[in-house]
Amino acid sequence: MIITILYYVLTAYIAFLIVWNLLKRKKWQEEILYIIILMPFLLRLFRLK
Amino acid sequence: MSWLYLRKFTLIALGLVLMVFAGVSFFESRHLKEPVVLSRGVTQVKKLSAYFPGVKGTISDSNIYVLEGAKPGGTILILGGTHPEEPGSRLTTWILTENAVADQGRVFVINSANRSATTVTRLGGGYPPDFTIHTKWGEQKFRMGDRWSNPLDQWPDPEAYIHYPSRQELAYVDIRNLNRAFPGRANGTLTEKTCYALIQLIQKEKVDIVIDLHEAELQYPVISTIVAHEKGQNLAAMASMMISGTEGFSIGMEYSPPALHGLSHREIGDHTQAISLLLEAPEPFLDATRGRTDRRLLLEGKDEFVVKAGKHGLLFEKMDENGWPIEVRVGRHCSTILQILELWSEENPEKSVIVKGVPRYAEVIEKGIGNFLHDPAKADPKRVYYE
Ligand SMILES: [Zn+2]
Repeated sequence: MIITILYYVLTAYIAFLIVWNLLKRKKWQEEILYIIILMPFLLRLFRLK
Repeated sequence: MSWLYLRKFTLIALGLVLMVFAGVSFFESRHLKEPVVLSRGVTQVKKLSAYFPGVKGTISDSNIYVLEGAKPGGTILILGGTHPEEPGSRLTTWILTENAVADQGRVFVINSANRSATTVTRLGGGYPPDFTIHTKWGEQKFRMGDRWSNPLDQWPDPEAYIHYPSRQELAYVDIRNLNRAFPGRANGTLTEKTCYALIQLIQKEKVDIVIDLHEAELQYPVISTIVAHEKGQNLAAMASMMISGTEGFSIGMEYSPPALHGLSHREIGDHTQAISLLLEAPEPFLDATRGRTDRRLLLEGKDEFVVKAGKHGLLFEKMDENGWPIEVRVGRHCSTILQILELWSEENPEKSVIVKGVPRYAEVIEKGIGNFLHDPAKADPKRVYYE
């Protein structure tokens, strides 16, 4: 149970890093890539999949 | 600068729109209610937590449909949805719970043995979230499900899965596989607790035979067969012979390997008094070389790429353009269950389990599965349960 909570915290942290990197990118191709990578993290955080 | 941020937020907004569509689909499929209109033969509906409170309040506190005959006899447990991505298994339990009547003995049926696994599809697999069976009164929708418990209910997976109590190392992901977690343990993961609860049920109700329903890919050697624990070898061999001679299809028989742990046909037989049998029907949807993975393939079982694999000798079951429609797969399960019960009852008259109202192979194919599903809108609400 504690491990599960830690994994959710970790997921949130990585999602934050992805958004941070996304905001710093200059190329639109990279931005799209970051958005696609972000989706599974958000879906897990919102407990959708 | 502002142009850059405008672009970024437009792309983020588009990404969010995509995520909302996917999220709604995932949410709806997780919460889709599947009605079961009880057959007049269902005398009681229990919860799995009645046998082990450890699963109470969890998503895996499944319904148990009890069909008790007026005459005492033996007790049979039928498991559907051990692997929910094998829909022939769950649909067979629907036919039982909506149509079967026990004249003698007791039949326990669980439509969603791993209920958590019915609420998710293969991650990244692009599977359909649900499928529909046509009936005379309309359409009935079922959750597609996966082979493993939903990670929303049990997460994360360990690097290595050490099976309890054998200490055998299994694939890490199989820690969420109900058919790799038997006999389970009371203080384990949700999947292990579910197995533990099922074992408690089998012991407390003095179940004589457990039949676990499955489907398999055609590239897997364990297919179109009854996998039997030592205790059930004669019964399975007789059933295999009888079916091949009288039902219009053939089914093999295999021994449950003693050294392969976590499987129902091994652990239930080892840890309880029950005979454990596992039935496999062919499901081309599961084959790795399949083409488009959609509802049609799931229900019709037709796929040109799997046919091609067959031409190259890669399959353990025949495959042609007729495929393996769901009626054929469910019909096989129905007839195999009936043959097992008939043979068991002949050999053990005092422990007979006599069931009527269940269609056999030919009848399921002729009439379709929808013919055996009843309209929940027209049924007495007290006789409608949801999975
Ligand atoms: Zn299976």
